[in-house]
Amino acid sequence: MMTAEHSLRADAVRLAYDGREVVRGLTARIPPGSITMIVGPNACGKSTLLRGMARLLNPVGGAVYLDEKVIADYPNRELAKVLGILPQTPVAPEGITVADLVGRGRYPHQGWFRRWTAEDDAAVAEALAATDTLEVAARPVEELSGGQRQRVWIAMALAQRTDLLLLDEPTTYLDVTHQVEVLDLLTDLNRTQGTTVVVVLHDLNLACRYADHLIAMRAGEIVVEGDPRRVVTADVIERVFGMSCRIVPDPVSATPMIVPIGRHHC
Amino acid sequence: MIDTSAPEVVARGRARARRRSNLVALVLAAVLVAGAAVALSLGRGFVPLDDVLSTLAGQGSRSTNYVILELKLPRVLAAVLVGLAFGVSGAIFQTLLGNPLASPDVIGISTGASAAAVLCIVAFGLSGTVVSVVALAGALATAAVMYLLTWRGGVTGSRLVLVGIGVAAILLGVVSYLMTRAQVATAQDALVWLTGSLNGRGWDDVWPLAVLLALLLPAVAALSRVLNVLRMGDDSAKGLGVSVEPSRLGLLVCAVALAGAATAAAGPVAFVALLAAPIGRRLARDGTPALLVSGLVGAAVVLLADFAAQNLPGLPQYPVGVLTGSVGAPYLLWLLARANRAGKGG
Amino acid sequence: MAVTAAVERPTARRGSGTLVLGLVLAGVLLVGLALASVFVGSKPIPAPTVLDALLRFDPANTDHLFVRAERVPRTLVGIAVGAALGVAGAVMQAVARNPLADPGVLGINAGAALFIVTGINAFGVTALTGYVWFGFAGALVASLLVYGVGSMGREGATPIKLALSGAATNAAFVSLTTAVLLTDTDTFDQFRFWQVGALSGRSMAVFWQSSGFIALGLLVALAAARSLNTLSMGDDIARSLGQDVTRTRIAAGVAVVLLCGTATASVGPIAFVGLAVPLLARSITGPDHRWLLPLSMVLAPSLVLGADVVGRVIARPGELQVGILTALIGAPVFIAMVRGRKVAAP
Repeated sequence: MMTAEHSLRADAVRLAYDGREVVRGLTARIPPGSITMIVGPNACGKSTLLRGMARLLNPVGGAVYLDEKVIADYPNRELAKVLGILPQTPVAPEGITVADLVGRGRYPHQGWFRRWTAEDDAAVAEALAATDTLEVAARPVEELSGGQRQRVWIAMALAQRTDLLLLDEPTTYLDVTHQVEVLDLLTDLNRTQGTTVVVVLHDLNLACRYADHLIAMRAGEIVVEGDPRRVVTADVIERVFGMSCRIVPDPVSATPMIVPIGRHHC
Repeated sequence: MIDTSAPEVVARGRARARRRSNLVALVLAAVLVAGAAVALSLGRGFVPLDDVLSTLAGQGSRSTNYVILELKLPRVLAAVLVGLAFGVSGAIFQTLLGNPLASPDVIGISTGASAAAVLCIVAFGLSGTVVSVVALAGALATAAVMYLLTWRGGVTGSRLVLVGIGVAAILLGVVSYLMTRAQVATAQDALVWLTGSLNGRGWDDVWPLAVLLALLLPAVAALSRVLNVLRMGDDSAKGLGVSVEPSRLGLLVCAVALAGAATAAAGPVAFVALLAAPIGRRLARDGTPALLVSGLVGAAVVLLADFAAQNLPGLPQYPVGVLTGSVGAPYLLWLLARANRAGKGG
Repeated sequence: MAVTAAVERPTARRGSGTLVLGLVLAGVLLVGLALASVFVGSKPIPAPTVLDALLRFDPANTDHLFVRAERVPRTLVGIAVGAALGVAGAVMQAVARNPLADPGVLGINAGAALFIVTGINAFGVTALTGYVWFGFAGALVASLLVYGVGSMGREGATPIKLALSGAATNAAFVSLTTAVLLTDTDTFDQFRFWQVGALSGRSMAVFWQSSGFIALGLLVALAAARSLNTLSMGDDIARSLGQDVTRTRIAAGVAVVLLCGTATASVGPIAFVGLAVPLLARSITGPDHRWLLPLSMVLAPSLVLGADVVGRVIARPGELQVGILTALIGAPVFIAMVRGRKVAAP
């Protein structure tokens, strides 16, 4: 499974809800085998782009390509073996246990006749261990704290064992320790398994620190993309977020660190 | 880095959830067998239990053969199959539409069957098999119309529920109109049908229902895993590789056909579809839609209610639907109250 | 089980100027329909005669008597009852956060019906004015049961528990009602006409008797409108905004009992009005109950009166009951709006 590199790109893709176009003719290539972070202000279309790339939303124009084949042409289950998505607000069925929920991630690997196997158990266990949720495996999801719940959902995505993993704000509800842990975990996955990871993230500094490739969006279009160390400047941040800031090197990782400037500290 | 016993922990955790629902299913099956034995032996036309068994084994006398094989057995089987079908159907509807009130009773499927049947009874003076067939057709047609009215590049649960409300209201208006136009006696016949009754059900009613269930239940079993995943929302389900719209349509067709078949056999036995699933889910408590347990709850409720309806001292022979509501509802209320006290409501 | 739990900001979707205009237009529509209801009927009476009956009443003129004793009271009763149903439906949907929550599904009407049937069967009540007290008591008992069971336990009355306990209560009461109806033909004969929901034959006595209760219920509901806004954002947010959630629910419950109990007792269980009108009104006002409740209060009687007028015209010299036509007229409009995505679940 090492370095099974899949390419994912969007070509002049237009995405809309009820006729209201949110992403307008966007072209982007996700570098295989690396970590891509998508950032931008609220309602800039970053989650929509992610949904389009995961085929949760069909484009009204343009197309998304997986391995140079239009993503709409893949059978659902085949796609789900290659590309996993953690949506922003998943719903946990009432009364379901953690182990069961994470086990749902094995769905695409089970056929009509092939039922639950030891390999499935192993995949679930690994996902639980990786997200530090093994000890709550037998508990109902609704009894967990917000942070634990978020990690359980990530575990489900991990149990799917896909080479491409798309996550929509996976650090919501998490305290700073767990935020870093989740991003470390995704980095581990990327470094050891060669998984291509795409994350929509709110925290700019963490995005800069963990991203190999950064995509900054505003109003449904890409403002800038590339290695955060090269592309993040005060001017870019001003253009994307409409906020003045100073960029200093992150004392830990030497990546750009954005220090916002509010009205009271000019 | 991974604890070697971790997969075992997972396997054990999964087994524990299964064990509970399996145990519940076994207990319910035992209740059904016991209930069937009681219904076959006691009540009108008493036959001692060992005679019941020998008759079932093919060594009965003329009279026990008649009482057991011709009168009691088909009725017992009809009760079990009807309850099973309603229970499973209700569980599918509620899970699929994400609304604990969405059952075929409430969103118009049964109302479609009722309107067709009452039309037959009141306007054309029909009875028996014709009414059953027309009722089934009414249920299927209503479901098809609802689905088409809901379709707008896809079907969402909440829109289907809303359209169902509208369709149910129209059909209910039709039923009410017919009820006021009829002679009192005819209207009361129609009321019996509307309540749901197993009076006089024989092998002619059991066989079609059994055949339909033999086709539908395996299909439901095959789709139940998809239903599990659909509960996590369309996005998650799509991400896991489920073809959401075809799966949803398949499940709806199964649920409608189950409800329609059961309605054709016994009328829309009141509230079994609505109440069996919440009871089943609270008993199974394993995070699944509890289709099997809900079906068994439905079967047990109908079987016991029908026996009680026939044999309660000092009461006339009520149609089973009178008792299913009065028996099932207090039980659900009790479960709600009790579960809440333990802090496990919702 | 995820009920469509809407977390909405309680700001009106449109400017208040538009809303005032909408409210005024709805008021004009209601006045027009009220006039139509006085002037048009199954019995053709020339418009000048109707005018004379209103302004220069001659007790010896049978047409005058008919207008005064039949058309005026039924119009007034229609307005009162329509307002009651519309507001009660909006309140119930807000409290249960479920578009299926209406007095019919949640057992309130069933409670009223059971007590009225008991009144007819056991106490020989025949007058409509006698029905009111029984209907009232039944609605009260049903609401107490629904709320009592639904609010047991640690987290109090969650929407799902309210919905389920309402459904169960409904099931139990309908079963018991059916049991009485199947054994007592006379009661059934009287009851089936009441059950359709009709305005014909309602005297001024019925109006005076019901209007006090309905006015009180409307006041309580309107006073609670602001609290309903916060409640619809979820208990936690409501509490954090300093709201006494329990008190809001109790106020809502009191309003619902007063409104539904009185309306159902006066004219029978008119279906669909309480369910559909608030959903339609919401598509105009957005989720702000300070607008939603008044608009429902004006639109619902329009539907009731409009349906009643149509029912008197299309079946001359007889008439179709209003309960049938509210569904037949209202439901297609409702479905069309659901399809146009103008109506969404609360």
